Amino acid sequence: MTALTTAGEPGPLRTARLRAGWLGVGIAALVVAAGAGLLIGPVTIAPDDVVRLLLGLDTDLTTNQLNIVREIRLPRVVLGLLVGATLSAAGAGYQGVFRNPLADPYLLGAAAGAGLGVTLVIVRAAEGSGTPAAAPVAAFAGAMLAVALTYALGAAGSGRTSTASLILAGVAVTSFLTAAQTYVQQRNLDTVRQVYVWILGRLSTAGWSEVRLLLPYAVVCFAVLLSQRRTLDVLAVGDDEASTLGLHPQRSRLLIVVAASLGTAAAVSVSGLIAFVGIIVPHTVRLLAGVSHRVVVPLSMLFGGAFLVLADLLARTIASPAELPIGVVTAFFGAPFFVVVLRTSRRGVLS
Amino acid sequence: MIRARGVSVDLGGKPVLRDVDLAVADGEWLSIVGPNGAGKTTLLRWLAGLTPGAGELVIADRPAGELRRRERARLVALVPQTPVVPEGVTVADYVLLGRTPHIRPLGAEGPQDLAAVHDALALLDLVPMAGRVVSSLSGGERQRVLIARALAQGAPIVLLDEPTTALDVGHQQQVLELVDELRRSRGLSVVSTMHDLTLAGQYADRLVLLDAGRVVVDGPADEVLTEEILARHYGANVRVIHDGGHPVVLPRRENREVAEP
Repeated sequence: MTALTTAGEPGPLRTARLRAGWLGVGIAALVVAAGAGLLIGPVTIAPDDVVRLLLGLDTDLTTNQLNIVREIRLPRVVLGLLVGATLSAAGAGYQGVFRNPLADPYLLGAAAGAGLGVTLVIVRAAEGSGTPAAAPVAAFAGAMLAVALTYALGAAGSGRTSTASLILAGVAVTSFLTAAQTYVQQRNLDTVRQVYVWILGRLSTAGWSEVRLLLPYAVVCFAVLLSQRRTLDVLAVGDDEASTLGLHPQRSRLLIVVAASLGTAAAVSVSGLIAFVGIIVPHTVRLLAGVSHRVVVPLSMLFGGAFLVLADLLARTIASPAELPIGVVTAFFGAPFFVVVLRTSRRGVLS
Repeated sequence: MIRARGVSVDLGGKPVLRDVDLAVADGEWLSIVGPNGAGKTTLLRWLAGLTPGAGELVIADRPAGELRRRERARLVALVPQTPVVPEGVTVADYVLLGRTPHIRPLGAEGPQDLAAVHDALALLDLVPMAGRVVSSLSGGERQRVLIARALAQGAPIVLLDEPTTALDVGHQQQVLELVDELRRSRGLSVVSTMHDLTLAGQYADRLVLLDAGRVVVDGPADEVLTEEILARHYGANVRVIHDGGHPVVLPRRENREVAEP
């Protein structure tokens, strides 16, 4: 006889929670991705020097090498972690509140709305490099407008939002806002190149300005989504049952959608439109580590950050010295990877 | 204890319930019966606070309007007829959802919550299935998981919407016996809607017969399940016999002349 708990005995009850093993894997992924992002590039820099630099110790690096790590690679890695974590957590939040596996910042029109907002800011702003400080605010306004429109259209007629009507509404809103964005872009040919480069998505930064711009919004988004991860699990049983369990589903949903849209908008405003991260990362986590949002939200942040940093590494090395748009890389490598996970997983989450 | 007075509900401009009075004592089982469209489920949903309408509701000596939603959820649990079961959720996690009104909004489940979940699982013989995915269970097992969630909620009043509709006769009896045992051991007040009149009469202390949104009879099974009443309100041709002290409703079919081939 083994010492295993036998049926009927009051053994320890296994409820969903973030277990040390998965947390360790997530952190390891983050460290590996960040390490690769810092070490790989046209200029070779020894790993031990980078570690010493990060720890604030003396290094043998030249001023040039120091600048490359401090002002180019490090901010870029940090920005990648933040953008990836934000898009993935927001995706997990949207999928939870809309009880729809396909809900993500792109499908609901939030990204297109944010895109229109940022385009308007760029064409209004005079010649300038980097992201204007007004961009996240404009992106947030656009994103909220788009999600509200999608939700209202999806609910129109039936009074309830079904999966199909929500997706159709999202497609319609996205097309409309993208058309508006293209119109604004084409009317302002002097900034068309700037807008176009931004739309394709990129993490290229000059120093820390983008990180500083995104950080406060990302922190708010993370705090709200992490605090609401249990609520997301309750919302999964539908509004009626959630109400009888003591929740105010509409209030909770609004809070989560606002936080997810704020994060998406800020990420879009500094990095452009990077599709697919918000959908594949949470789903991969769900397939591997379980469906509870208590697990999905924090792990999506860790793996999303790691994924985007690695995608960015590929984007800047594969065709070096030219850079591919990072959105191309996330889709090109993300899609097949996602299919493999989906097919080999034994949990039929999407069935 | 739950008491409703003068309940009137309109859905889509049409009257569904009119002036319904209803009271259930501690430890009592009341079953709401009536023909299709009589308003049974609407009444249950109104009691659960899910459908707006006019009328007074007192839950455990407090007017329902004064209760915050979490307080109300600690007093009244609902077992819906067609629950939404999220994909991939395990039995333990699903039953833990019942603890939602007891867990602080930003907190995590404590030992007393896990103990309540474990008690509910043990009472319903679900401990060996705690790690299984709810959507993979059979109808009878799933119904037990739903009842376990309501039990974990720790509410003294349990509303059951058609708890046996999807089950075969053996599982119907098992589930109803289970509810009856829990009612006795924990002093729960039970309000159920029931389609099967014989089972309703066998398990409930009292039946309320709704027809066209009004209460037409309220009393013990013997007074409600009579041939005249069932003919008048269901348009049914039935015979009521007695077995083991309970009325049994038998559908009848008149002999017809069968044409010779």
